[in-house]
Amino acid sequence: MLVAAVNAQTLVDAVGLGAVYALMAVGIGLVFGVLRLVNFAYGQLVMAGAYTLAWTSAWPGAASIAACFAVVLALSIVLERTVFRPLRTQSPAVMLVTTFAVAFLLQSIALILDIRDGTIGEAASPIGSLNQAVSIGGVDVRRVTLAAIVVAAIALGLLALLLARTTMGLHMRAAAADFTTARLLGVRADRVIGLAVILSGLLAGIVAVILTVQSPLVAPDFALKETIVVLVGVVVGGLDRLWTATLGGFAIGFATGVINGALPTDKTVFLPSAVFALVILVLLLRPGGLFAPGGRTAVVERV
Amino acid sequence: MTDAPLLVVDGLDVVYGRVPAIRGLSLEVAAGEIVGLIGPNGAGKSTTLHAIVGLVPPAAGDVRLAGRSLRGRSPEQIARSGIALVPEGRRIFGAFSVEENLRLGLAARRGNGVAAPLDGVYELFPVLAEMRDRPAGALSGGQQQQLAIGRALVAEPDVLLLDEPSLGLAPALVDLVFEALAAIRERGVTVLLVEQRAQRTVAFADRTYVLGNGELRMTLSPAEAGDTDRMIAAYLA
Repeated sequence: MLVAAVNAQTLVDAVGLGAVYALMAVGIGLVFGVLRLVNFAYGQLVMAGAYTLAWTSAWPGAASIAACFAVVLALSIVLERTVFRPLRTQSPAVMLVTTFAVAFLLQSIALILDIRDGTIGEAASPIGSLNQAVSIGGVDVRRVTLAAIVVAAIALGLLALLLARTTMGLHMRAAAADFTTARLLGVRADRVIGLAVILSGLLAGIVAVILTVQSPLVAPDFALKETIVVLVGVVVGGLDRLWTATLGGFAIGFATGVINGALPTDKTVFLPSAVFALVILVLLLRPGGLFAPGGRTAVVERV
Repeated sequence: MTDAPLLVVDGLDVVYGRVPAIRGLSLEVAAGEIVGLIGPNGAGKSTTLHAIVGLVPPAAGDVRLAGRSLRGRSPEQIARSGIALVPEGRRIFGAFSVEENLRLGLAARRGNGVAAPLDGVYELFPVLAEMRDRPAGALSGGQQQQLAIGRALVAEPDVLLLDEPSLGLAPALVDLVFEALAAIRERGVTVLLVEQRAQRTVAFADRTYVLGNGELRMTLSPAEAGDTDRMIAAYLA
């Protein structure tokens, strides 16, 4: 019944949503791999990038996007130096609660900056033409959906190459698998963590651009809902390893897109309920994660 | 000993919480020497190695490599200054290929070494060359120990520390490990070897320190390996 209700249009949109969520999942998973830190404030990095796009709307598109990346990367590095690095040896619970605090702090700062003009919310329109639809084989697809799919595929492909083929990637994978042994072999902890944070920030910048094109009204809670859904997705997929976390992010995005398309228009209010019901079902059936290899527990590669 | 010692542990104290693990330990390893460190469980052998590589901070005392203090340095800085540890339990990266494990060892390598350090390890342990593209987790225990030793050797360290390399291995594989150590000795690598197999270690090493309850009990020479009474006395002291 569900399948019958899903058409090509819905599937393309679902893949597009899955692609964006996969990028966020990788951003969260990279930092988790080396720091064992679930960065709840990841959505606020995206939000900061979105505000930058909104406030630089009058600039040429490329300059506005460059400013977005600069702000998100700078914020990532500041967070790493002032918050993540000093707390590196603390328990995961301490680090998680700290990222909650950072998330609310950044939201509050955004609100203070945003409210100066008397209204909450800023409109962004740097690359508005991406929001138009093109018709492919009778299916109307927004250009940004195609862009999201292509950009996500390229970004994830480059990241996979970096991790698999370069020395720095090898060091990152080793740090994620066993940080102490990696350090004993001479892998520089600060450098590996710094690279993970920068890569994670780059992905947040990409997500900020895509999400801002899709929904140009930027408010302090921008990307918050997406972050929560992606965090659920990476846990469902398996946070232990980067590729399962990424698949988890994609899967929850894809499922959200499909359910959204399958639900009658007046029932879309039940979308989160349907998605989370599915999540509960998956976790009941596969508590180790949707993509956890069955029964193989001896060797786990985290990145 | 005519050479100036390469590695010096000087008056080392290590405390876990309020429990002293090492008390006033001093020992020396000269360049090219193979020095053993034995003692019963809980004597502080592994703790000594962990203090040398910067995994646990000393409460007092100092560790010096070629005259330079290592105090306050991070594990990766110590690895890069020329001390390599083959950790207890091998700690290889099972999901990585054999070659990737060896390439990780290059992280601590200093600039002026030989051109192809991996080839040197493949020559020493031919089985690793055969299995270079296989996941390291698929190797047998003895092969994994060879990999762990090879991974430390590619860094071309000044001093190689080994933490119970024969632990958990079948007797035939223990022979393999000691054969590997003999090959390493011929290459002139300086070694500090922590082992449970006391007699074999005393016979193999140039000198062997016996630890008990965090303190140095005595020093044995290879000639004393057959002196069972003295060995037992060292353990019971």
